[in-house]
Amino acid sequence: MAQSFERQKAKPHVTEEWVGRVYTLLCIFLLVATIFSMVYFVASRGLTTFFGDGVNVLELLTGIKWNPEGEPAVFGALPFIFGSFSTSILAALISAPLGFCAAVFMVEIAPRFGRKYLQPVIELLAGIPSVVYGFVGLSVIVPLFRDIFPGQGLGIAAGALVLSIMILPTITTIATDALAGLPSGLKEGSYALGSTRWQTISRIVLPTTLPALLTGIVLGIARAFGEALAVQMVIGNAPHIPRSLFESTSTLTSAITLSMGNTAMGSVHNNALWSLALILMLMTFIFVFIVRWLEGRSKI
Amino acid sequence: MNAKTADKIATAVIIAVAAFIVLLLIGLLGYILVRGLGHISFDFLTSAPETIRAGGGIGPQLFNSLFLLVLTMLITIPLGLGAGIYMSEYAPVNRVTAFIRLVVEVLSSFPSIVVGLFGLLIFVNLFEFGFSLFSGALALTVFNLPLMVRITEQGLRSVPQAQKEASLALGLTKWKTITSVMLPIAIPVILTGTILAAGRVFGEAAALLFTAGMSSPRLDFSDWNPLHDVSPLNPFRPAETLAVHIWKINSEGLAPDAPEIAAGASAVLILTVLLFNLVARWLGRYMYRKFTAIK
Amino acid sequence: MDEIGLSVKNLSVYYSDRPAVKNVSLDFAAKQVTALIGPSGCGKSTFLRSLNRMNDLIPTSKVTGEIWIKEDDINSPSTDVVSLRQKIGMVWQRPNPFHKSIYENIAFGPRYHGVKNKKQLDQIVEESLTRAALWDETKDRLHHSALTLSGGQQQRLCIARSIAVQPDIILMDEPASALDPVSTAKIEELIGELKQDYCIIIVTHNMYQAARVSQKTAFFLLGELVEYDATDKMFTNPQKAETSDYISGRFG
Repeated sequence: MAQSFERQKAKPHVTEEWVGRVYTLLCIFLLVATIFSMVYFVASRGLTTFFGDGVNVLELLTGIKWNPEGEPAVFGALPFIFGSFSTSILAALISAPLGFCAAVFMVEIAPRFGRKYLQPVIELLAGIPSVVYGFVGLSVIVPLFRDIFPGQGLGIAAGALVLSIMILPTITTIATDALAGLPSGLKEGSYALGSTRWQTISRIVLPTTLPALLTGIVLGIARAFGEALAVQMVIGNAPHIPRSLFESTSTLTSAITLSMGNTAMGSVHNNALWSLALILMLMTFIFVFIVRWLEGRSKI
Repeated sequence: MNAKTADKIATAVIIAVAAFIVLLLIGLLGYILVRGLGHISFDFLTSAPETIRAGGGIGPQLFNSLFLLVLTMLITIPLGLGAGIYMSEYAPVNRVTAFIRLVVEVLSSFPSIVVGLFGLLIFVNLFEFGFSLFSGALALTVFNLPLMVRITEQGLRSVPQAQKEASLALGLTKWKTITSVMLPIAIPVILTGTILAAGRVFGEAAALLFTAGMSSPRLDFSDWNPLHDVSPLNPFRPAETLAVHIWKINSEGLAPDAPEIAAGASAVLILTVLLFNLVARWLGRYMYRKFTAIK
Repeated sequence: MDEIGLSVKNLSVYYSDRPAVKNVSLDFAAKQVTALIGPSGCGKSTFLRSLNRMNDLIPTSKVTGEIWIKEDDINSPSTDVVSLRQKIGMVWQRPNPFHKSIYENIAFGPRYHGVKNKKQLDQIVEESLTRAALWDETKDRLHHSALTLSGGQQQRLCIARSIAVQPDIILMDEPASALDPVSTAKIEELIGELKQDYCIIIVTHNMYQAARVSQKTAFFLLGELVEYDATDKMFTNPQKAETSDYISGRFG
């Protein structure tokens, strides 16, 4: 072993350290490069519709008629945008109270039973593939709605119901973490004043954890917004704004899923679908920033 | 209404909701298994699908799913471990690192259909891999990487600082310390997470529609040369997976027994995912016990 | 003056610009035990951790000054930290054996540093464990997990692990504070044996321990070196009022 520690560059351990550093750096670089190229390629494709094919941005965002193969072709994507927002927000409205109750159950009411049974149930719900949700939606929920309500049973209601089950794990997990992370002194103080459990939950726990609960809901909406196949299977896929919750309609993802394979790369119709993908991507950014903002608030 | 009554009602409602969620899962699983299990047979699992006649199986799809999973994990694990190690051990605390974290978070929230479209542009068209298992595996890697990075980071963070210091103080390099002292301790966490991620990959369909393709060419299960066109092992052939197959027969299935096939295939998919979950749980608990029981 | 094992000049350590060690200069004799004492938070552990550049692991820390071991400055940016650390062993407050077998805990370092021969490794393991007074207790279960050992045994294993890579200096950060009195006595006895070959620097909050094991003692207070002298002199006839107050138990 050499006596001097200085400037011995040729030693094997220096190479070893270098290899490790370069390898891991390369991996992270690849990851970052992937996302940048993703944003670049989807954006350049999606923007071609406006800059290459001369479709008006406002017309695409606000037009209610989608007839890409017509003469002249019309690209009004509002029905899809409306479909995406209505299904995902409705899903969150159904799922949020359920998720909150499940979290309260696991943290406040029966922690042992909750951790042992409810927690795995929630994890399994998260693990079920989306096509299976779509299949169950198509063979259970849609026929049920068809029998009860007028129409084919397909539509926003069926889509939202399927999505609400799919996003339940997201909302529940985050709500559970938020409730469990609450300083115990806060609750004990309230109990010590003679409050009941529900008073404590509704007056102390709920307001304190609200930003975190909202984070869960926004993440749930984001997931529902981007979900493609399960929704596509039960939404009906008619390209117009429906008059009821039980009438066939489309979402951004279902329109892409359905037509991307049947249109030629570079055609106006195809480019318009990329514009829809671009909207999906931009919405993802918005969701991430809302989540970041909420997380910043819940730390205070 | 007085406070005590309100408390009782609220508690009842919450318990009812919790019970409802448990019943929901039981109902879901029960429905799929009851409808699907009857259709599962050795023949169903091994024979090729039929387009318009009844009696088709899911053999090639099942094989494709498994093969694609292996391919994906082969690419994802080294990349995810590397990136995770960087984020946990090498990344300096500064704005660039914070930015990379944001980027990884964004990537993990991208809808899988968008990842699939990106795969279509880059892997299928630009790199000319075509609709193939390889394109599919790359798309799934993109879809899975952020999760893998997070799992690796979590695993490494669970390693006591004292272990790391002990190794460094012996004159080991940081890299050697990470690979031979820290990773072995982090393995239970990483392995459990990886298996759960594998379950997610196994059931994913939207990212594959436009990358691995929606068709499966005739396969010759006696030809195992990966370079042959009809070989099941050829990574550059199109491959419809089980999840994609379920979607396809539900939306455009022509065979008279399409609903039964969908149910059977769903049951197979669910059972596999359940298996992944159970294995992950069992392995995690087993390893945890192995490490703590001797303390 | 005895042969110098390690020489520290004007060493200061900052955590996010807050000084934890202020301008300390000290010479450590080879083949002697030097104790660093002082109330908790006085910077003695921080000082110790900067001697083998462990503070590099804390991103907000900054170490200035010189630490000479023979003709090399440990604290120079161009120093090869990895080779340096092989020459300086370290033992922590809580025993931290690797989650590996007893044998592997010892063989891990030497094997990495180039000893591949199984026989040679076996020999190193036996020698190191013998020196750490652990051979008799472990020779029949070398391939059991190190975590099956008791706390005191684990700490001796950690000492054996550090001497297996043949360091010149061993740093000990309150090595007995998490142990029972019997184990503590064994560790202290061991330190007495080891000083024949190594320059040992030990941080302790226990003044009796410092008096028992060390030849020289340095007293730290609020990041500054207050007094440094032969241990017996320091404990019988301290020069500074603060030292005398601390030793007589008036604070800390």
